[in-house]
Amino acid sequence: MTSTTSAAPATAQRARPAGGRRGQSLLDTKRQWWGWLFLAPFTVVFVLFLLVPLGYAFWLSLHTKGIATGGESVFTGVANYVRVFTDADFLSGMARVGRFVLVMVPIQIGLAVAIALVLDTLATRLSKASRLLVFVPYAIPAVIGALMWGFLYSPRFGPANDVFGLFGLAAPDFLSRDLVFGSLVNIVTWQWVGYYMIIVYAALRAIDPSVYEAARLDGAGNRAIAFRIKIPMIASSMVMIVVFALIGTLQFFTEPTVLRSVAQGAIPTTYTPNMYAYSMAFSYSQFNYASTIAFALGILVFIGSYVFLYATRKQSGLK
Amino acid sequence: MTTTATQQTLSRRPRQRRIGSHVFLLLAVLYFVVPLWWLVVGSTKSNSGLFVGSGGALWFNDEFALWDNVKQLFTYQGGIYWTWMRNSFVYAIVGGVGSTVLAVLAGYALAKYRFRGRNLYFSMLLGSVMVPLTALTIPTFVLLSQLGMINTMWAVILPSLLSPIGVYLVRVYAVDAIPDEMLDAGRVDGAGELRLFFRVALPLLRPAFVTVLLLTTVATWNNFFLPLAVLRDPQLLPVTVGINQWQALSNAGAGGEQVWNLITTGALVSILPLIVAFLALQKYWQGGLSLGSIK
Repeated sequence: MTSTTSAAPATAQRARPAGGRRGQSLLDTKRQWWGWLFLAPFTVVFVLFLLVPLGYAFWLSLHTKGIATGGESVFTGVANYVRVFTDADFLSGMARVGRFVLVMVPIQIGLAVAIALVLDTLATRLSKASRLLVFVPYAIPAVIGALMWGFLYSPRFGPANDVFGLFGLAAPDFLSRDLVFGSLVNIVTWQWVGYYMIIVYAALRAIDPSVYEAARLDGAGNRAIAFRIKIPMIASSMVMIVVFALIGTLQFFTEPTVLRSVAQGAIPTTYTPNMYAYSMAFSYSQFNYASTIAFALGILVFIGSYVFLYATRKQSGLK
Repeated sequence: MTTTATQQTLSRRPRQRRIGSHVFLLLAVLYFVVPLWWLVVGSTKSNSGLFVGSGGALWFNDEFALWDNVKQLFTYQGGIYWTWMRNSFVYAIVGGVGSTVLAVLAGYALAKYRFRGRNLYFSMLLGSVMVPLTALTIPTFVLLSQLGMINTMWAVILPSLLSPIGVYLVRVYAVDAIPDEMLDAGRVDGAGELRLFFRVALPLLRPAFVTVLLLTTVATWNNFFLPLAVLRDPQLLPVTVGINQWQALSNAGAGGEQVWNLITTGALVSILPLIVAFLALQKYWQGGLSLGSIK
């Protein structure tokens, strides 16, 4: 995927300085240093807060420290990985975030694309205002969003009883073990659809409208234009937002953690792999095992998004 | 004959469709706005008024307690809420501006300089975009605690300076936005590389700069996992973690600790700065957020 994006300018630059080979190459070596100089500050942060923690997490995951080892850090090889991949709590957490991906990502992307397509065909004042209002939840921290929905779900504060009462029904318990999954899907959908919608909308606006006219002359209806022309033409943005949604969902942490204190009993501390890692680290001080969970999750996320990008390389234009 | 018929159906079709589209949009807007409406209404209610009130959950009570709630935010626990707000501002601004500056420098270098290892560097950067940053939180915590930096502002700020996606966006944008000829012309005129960056590159990179700044500021402002892990001192918490603690305590039960009215009012006050920023900076982010997705 890097070869096409980065090789093109490189060859273009290489082709240009034809005359004065010698002086050019001297200048180039000097300029090389400037390239590294501009890169240096980011590189420091990249090494200290990405590569080092990643390497350290891997080191921690190969060691064990606890009462059994007399409080000493002992090299235990892949033992922690054997444990994590046979740990029912980790596996069920992984399965759960997997289910979240399967349910939540299509709903979010579908809704975002639907709204963007509608907005793209309208140019009224209402459509401009709705574009802003749909986007607003993105500006709200996930904690506050989850808190707010927690209130709305709660039978004590929320409007559910009033609303369902209108129809003579009792409100369902949104925070029960059965419904909390759907309640979380709703919170995340509410929070992120606006952001995805803006990306899709901008991509739609970038399409040359003469394409639609040509299609209309060929007898294509609005539906055909939307599905046969617009959606295929914005495939690369769609791939990008699916990757964002995928990575975000597999790391699911904030919303279930916040909702946990309202939905007593429905969300265990092992609900998602990240929550499990957090509780292993900060409730049980098992930093080695927590790092193993984090590293295993990281690998799975990396593989997941890589496989997705590879499978959609035609649509996204990344090769 | 046939042409008038088709013209008629053509002109009628869009109108029907427009009504359907508007109904769909209104329903969507309703869904996205109702929770915020609830928050606005909720913050005008007293602690008990949130449970029993004349207005129901989605309308104002007869008693209007917003100003009392705001006053109480200043006095409750010595006005710690405003300390949290200040902390959030510090984290978001230092983390956001810092990571944006680093990203712009690095993205510019990757786009416009040719040096050994550049392609490898860029591949690593792309790979790191796919590393879930929360996976780094626990090892970062252990490292920082060995350095004695846990429970300081630096523990939140320094890791927030990392934004591989920001570098990626600037790099993609800079490739086309800054013509090589312009840089070369500057060099022929004897301009130094630093001068070229500030005088030529930076003005051209402004849209990318603003977009990355918004993205990183929002990310730091919203961050929850990292501050939750590395901070213990209540005086250092950002407002997100602070309000969540109030909520957890209020749910846990003891009567004196139930401050529902402060949670709703505090939540409302805390989301205002970002909403205002987004409304004010509309023209930048509306096009800019899609950077890197349009080729």
